[in-house]
Amino acid sequence: MQQQELIPHLFRTEYRKIVAVLCSLFGLQHIETAEDLVSDTFLSAAELWGQKGVPENPAAWLYTVAKNKTKNHLRRVANFDKKISKELSNEGVAEIELDLSEENINDSQLAMMFAVCDPSVAKEAQVALALNLLCGFDAQEIADAFLTNKDVVYKRIQRAKEKLRSENISLAYPTVNEISTRMDSVLSTIYLLFNEGYYSSSQNSVLRKDLCWEAMRLCYLLVSNDIANTTSANALLSLMCFHASRFEARLNEHGELILYKDQDTSLWNEELIVKGRYYLKIAFADGDLSKYHFEAAIASWHTIKEDSPEKWATVLQLYDQLLQLEYSPMAAFNRIYVLSKVRGKQQAIEEAEQLNIVKNHFYYTLLGKLHEGIDDTLALSYFKTALTLAITDPEKKLIMAHMHELAE
Amino acid sequence: MNDFLFIFRRDENDIPKLSPEQMQEDTQKWIDWIGGIAAQNKLNNRGNRLERTGKVVKADNMITDGPYMELKEAIGGYIVVTAESLDEAAELAKGCPIFNYKGNVEVREIKAM
Repeated sequence: MQQQELIPHLFRTEYRKIVAVLCSLFGLQHIETAEDLVSDTFLSAAELWGQKGVPENPAAWLYTVAKNKTKNHLRRVANFDKKISKELSNEGVAEIELDLSEENINDSQLAMMFAVCDPSVAKEAQVALALNLLCGFDAQEIADAFLTNKDVVYKRIQRAKEKLRSENISLAYPTVNEISTRMDSVLSTIYLLFNEGYYSSSQNSVLRKDLCWEAMRLCYLLVSNDIANTTSANALLSLMCFHASRFEARLNEHGELILYKDQDTSLWNEELIVKGRYYLKIAFADGDLSKYHFEAAIASWHTIKEDSPEKWATVLQLYDQLLQLEYSPMAAFNRIYVLSKVRGKQQAIEEAEQLNIVKNHFYYTLLGKLHEGIDDTLALSYFKTALTLAITDPEKKLIMAHMHELAE
Repeated sequence: MNDFLFIFRRDENDIPKLSPEQMQEDTQKWIDWIGGIAAQNKLNNRGNRLERTGKVVKADNMITDGPYMELKEAIGGYIVVTAESLDEAAELAKGCPIFNYKGNVEVREIKAM
């Protein structure tokens, strides 16, 4: 990896790890100090690596420099202000050891995950804050992901951090009680993060695998923890494994999306499919069913490419149950497509017209697909409408692929 | 938007004996039909089925076993939907699998207390 790619990559993966560990050392009251120290560390890396070349183990280099900067900072602070040093016992700055072992990083991040999802922080702020602190997203990237502007996100993050400070929220291992109140928002944050990577509404890279792996890693932290290992967490992890198994197959060499039916199944990652099944089995072992259960079960059927009446009838039932549990426009769209496989296009068209939904490019693409073979002229006009409503290039290319297919 | 109760009634004597496969098929029809309402974001509560047996309590503390109404009009279950009007709610009831065994759907607006 070239240096100009390496630093952003490390920033994404290492920044929040060090921040989490520093926060568990200082407390969330000093979250900004922690962030400043880590930013400063990366600044040093950018300067020195440019001159002297990249060190052999860049992550270890960052940890060492962060440790030193932390010690220096604490020494300075100790001279002016006893506030932090008091909290850090009396043994003196020199004794402080920043534990950047994998275990402590994991524990710190898990604690951070649950702190971020504290009920005192507003939902949308939780998501922004999690993306910032746990995933190393800057305000611009979060704004891109949620199609809002940078200032809004920046303010949202600042307010959320202020809230964590003022509520005096501690970074500690989650209790059983906290799991029940916060697990939903922890999972939805991970889910959003994965989707951002997988469907990538932001323009530059079509597939931001890093984000997906990070989401899976965070979820893996949950299922590896005795208390956080809930059936819903397993269901979500299973879902992500199934989706991720198609990474290599869903884009061509130009980074364009390949339709599911045209995907080369030899590129599907068998190992991830097996993992997906493993977590799905645990998820369905007992307990309440979440939307992740149904989505994972649907995704598991999509790892079987052969069409069968059984497949589509089962998937339809799963969508029915998913929608009964929690409505979403995407699930409603997808259900219609599946309905056309089970009951025929005519009934699907009728139900599509009844959908109480924003008429966006997904809707018109769906109508186009349903009219294929029934009224190709109408189908084409739906695709054209969809094309005018699509925003991103990959979306437009996908619609054009459908149009191309229609012309064949 | 208002909430409407769908009450499913059918003649208990008219319910055909189904094989396990047919029962599963029947259940699927119900799930698909309710799924279709959910897909329009108009399902408020997926409701429940009701057991056939029951009791009726009357004013003089007399408790009798069911059937409490005409067997022909026994309530089999209910769901709650959301719609703009009674007419729209009635439209949603079309296609209900209860019609396969000559049942009916009573649609009633819920008046909040």
